[in-house]
Amino acid sequence: MKFAILITEGPFTHQASDSAYRFTAAALTRGHEIYRVFFYNDGVYNSDRLSEPQTDDRNLVSLWAKLGQEHDIDLVVCVAASLRRGIKDEILEDGFRISGLGQLVEAGIQADRLIVFGD
Amino acid sequence: MSEMNEFDENAPTVVKRFMYVNRRAPYGTIYALECLEVVLVAAAFDQDVSVVFLDDGVWQLKKNQDTTGIGMKNFSKTYGALDDYDVEKIYVEKESLAARGLTADDLVIPVEVLAADDLREVMAQQDVVIGF
Amino acid sequence: MLHLINKSSFERNALDSCLRMAKSGSSILLIEDGVYAALAKAAHAEKIIGRMEDFSFYVLGPDVAARGLSDAALIDGIDVVDYEEFVDMVAEHDATQSWL
Repeated sequence: MKFAILITEGPFTHQASDSAYRFTAAALTRGHEIYRVFFYNDGVYNSDRLSEPQTDDRNLVSLWAKLGQEHDIDLVVCVAASLRRGIKDEILEDGFRISGLGQLVEAGIQADRLIVFGD
Repeated sequence: MSEMNEFDENAPTVVKRFMYVNRRAPYGTIYALECLEVVLVAAAFDQDVSVVFLDDGVWQLKKNQDTTGIGMKNFSKTYGALDDYDVEKIYVEKESLAARGLTADDLVIPVEVLAADDLREVMAQQDVVIGF
Repeated sequence: MLHLINKSSFERNALDSCLRMAKSGSSILLIEDGVYAALAKAAHAEKIIGRMEDFSFYVLGPDVAARGLSDAALIDGIDVVDYEEFVDMVAEHDATQSWL
């Protein structure tokens, strides 16, 4: 099955990104395909390469980037939400791309299942 | 669930039922505005789109919003664009309105007021549910 | 439909609204702070107990353990699942609705 994931909160402040990450990893283990992970609202902060969590804590930005790279996952950050929040190409972690809300809708159309992780 | 449209070359090959669910009041958080922004983009994809206002989400449609004192953009008139974009399935839950002392006359656009029992059936039929 | 609840029923009305709006026969999975609703001895247990004929209830084990509740009595009839079973549930249900 093809899954689309929507994340509407940033890393650390809410558990959403962690839950989504664990869900996504489990889906891959189960042999499913991840069509796209779309970051909206504060979710765009999951792409900020300047995030520097404590060294004994997980680095969600890196975790997403690595998972994306290992499994060729399309990690998309909404352009409108990004502009509001100061997320721009120059601080985007490798593996993320900025694009429009149409990518979220398209993911909903093309994937078999869409799951929302938020507040 | 979804239909294959073989006859119209311009129509999408898959049409799904998308429901956007609003349960939060406006201005205290950004979810009302950013959900509306998704719906307006989603309207261009020729899918079967419904927008639901439930619980405090009904406040998003309240008439006479005046945001000058709080310095935020008053986006309530943008709900009027839903009609221009052919988003016609706009549902407001009857019990949520009543619990807040509201009626359909208090709302900034015409909506379909549904009792929970009816809205429940509509929700259960959706292919994709996006709530904020 | 699979319904996801991620907030405590003491904090938000998500569980209440879900129970009101979900169609009989649906599944409800408690994740993140939503797991507190699964506690047998908490004040809101009746919200779930009273609806067990209408819905199948599940709770995400890792979130239960994280919150120090592994030894706590959960409501009888709620199944504990892990992330892979969560994935299976999403696949098995036609759609998933998150009550944020």
